[in-house]
Amino acid sequence: MSRAITFSRARPLAARAEPSLIQRLKRDWVLLALMAPGLAFLVIFVYLPNLGNVIAFQAYLPFLGFSSPFVGFENFRQLFAAPAFWSAVSNTVVISAMQLILYFPVPVILALMLSGLVNNNVRRIIQSIVYLPHFISWVIIVALFQQIFGGAGLVDHFARAIGLPAPSITNSPEWFKWLMTVQVIWKEAGWGTIIYLAALLAIDADLYEAAAVDGATALRRLWHITLPGILGVTVLLLILRLGNILSAGFEQILLQRNAVGPQAGEILDTYVYFQGISAGQYAMAAAAGLIKAVVGLALILGANKLAHRLGQPGLIS
Amino acid sequence: MSSRTARPPWMERPSPAYTTARVFVFGMILIAVLYPFVSVLSTSLASQQDVDEGGGMVLVPLHPSIEAYTSIFQGGVVSRAIMVSIGITLIGTLLSLAVTTGLAYGLSRPVLWRKQLLMLALLSLLFQPGIIPSYLVVKQLGLLNSYASLILPVMLNGFNLVVMRQFFMEIPHELIDSARIDGAGELRILLQLVLPLSGAILAVIALLYAVFYWNAFFQALLYLQDSSMWPLQLVLRQYVIQGSPLPGVTAYAAPGGSPPPTQSIQMAVVVVATIPILVVYPFLQKYFSKGVLTGAIKG
Repeated sequence: MSRAITFSRARPLAARAEPSLIQRLKRDWVLLALMAPGLAFLVIFVYLPNLGNVIAFQAYLPFLGFSSPFVGFENFRQLFAAPAFWSAVSNTVVISAMQLILYFPVPVILALMLSGLVNNNVRRIIQSIVYLPHFISWVIIVALFQQIFGGAGLVDHFARAIGLPAPSITNSPEWFKWLMTVQVIWKEAGWGTIIYLAALLAIDADLYEAAAVDGATALRRLWHITLPGILGVTVLLLILRLGNILSAGFEQILLQRNAVGPQAGEILDTYVYFQGISAGQYAMAAAAGLIKAVVGLALILGANKLAHRLGQPGLIS
Repeated sequence: MSSRTARPPWMERPSPAYTTARVFVFGMILIAVLYPFVSVLSTSLASQQDVDEGGGMVLVPLHPSIEAYTSIFQGGVVSRAIMVSIGITLIGTLLSLAVTTGLAYGLSRPVLWRKQLLMLALLSLLFQPGIIPSYLVVKQLGLLNSYASLILPVMLNGFNLVVMRQFFMEIPHELIDSARIDGAGELRILLQLVLPLSGAILAVIALLYAVFYWNAFFQALLYLQDSSMWPLQLVLRQYVIQGSPLPGVTAYAAPGGSPPPTQSIQMAVVVVATIPILVVYPFLQKYFSKGVLTGAIKG
């Protein structure tokens, strides 16, 4: 990100007055016109909605829009008094933490196993297959999981065959958090290897040879060469994940919340959606969304600082 | 390079126990990934008899039929949703590609206010807008219940922008400078010099956008009230995940046969929604193996 900006324009050696704004506009108008649609998008659909968060401090009235009367922190007070909000926060943190702890190591291990395959063809075939789920939509994945873990699926079928009560996992609140975690692993673990594989490729192969010649076993090479080689990227991904601790997979859970009810299945994002869009409590829902965004930003900056402390480059240098 | 294996001379051969364990683990992973697809495909081809005999679970349809597919294409809902999804995917991908290319290229050149504009673009990655304010902005713009609302608010992906700009930055300056000295304007440099050199990145970004638009359902859920405008993913959610009946889809029975089971019809919709991804996937795969993206991710 901190790449040096190199000016490629040929400049005369003799000092010349900086071109005036008009001259530069005249020179750059084509480039600026090319960029205009993208910049307009950023202003209208990223920055404007961010400013629109002011309604979190307003008594929002649809016909007044963003110029509704200000009420200070009233929406936040109401939000903090709502048990449903706290239940959503707790579900979010628990599901996120489970996804973090159980998912995070899987791509690392898978990448190490893949890079250990010396037969390129075999490796490429396995890679193609494990990357695939990343490109399948959540709607389809939920349908696939219903097909296996639902009432007519493999698991219930097997349970009935051996005389056990069918667990009907997709509809049971107790299994919900585990199901969400397993789905994330199924969808993203293969794709997650791609960045570790790139980091593994970047390790100097001579290091391994030298270590092997010096008598280091495979395990020692893993510990002293491979793991330090992927530490930087691991920390980077961990920072990104920590910054997202309050997003436990919106689309995924939105699709499955109704099967188990809000008590078990509500997360912050779905709370915002149902409070705001379905129940029309725009201001309170925006307040919840704003809290999520602010906490997420603070977490990502904090984790980045921690990474610097630990001597890692982190995300923002 | 050697044909298949490239084991360096210093590397010890893995022990038989390790090799066996590895084959087992990879085997399990492949089954876990592929089984759901097989199960869905088999069920979509199953007859009522297969479903009854399997107690709902079908692995090999003994009496295969394509009546489930005939049924969904009979009622207009799924066919129309497919047309909507194809339209959104095509138009969205073209627009996204044009907008991303324009912005990424501009930010890769020494343009006026470049530093500030770059900051504007990069900060947008940190400030993703919330659901409610986004909804209100779309509403105020009068885009609710329009197909534009499925494209415009998600037209530009920050990650794709960064990857593309990185690629443009790596094109040698000398090339662009010499074109300028020869009198080419910026537009001509982009169209006749830079874009022809950028085929791989354009293809991969276009494919990523296409997959995104095809898979998206949330924008449609949020912005479209009229269910007759729904794209395929939303119809799939309604019909398969929530189990609500689709208006206009009646189980169609061939003369003398029994109508296909509901399960088969549902899974046929899943198959139809998955096929386009499976079709473009090998192309995506080709670019990933070339490392088009990984280089950019590292940077």
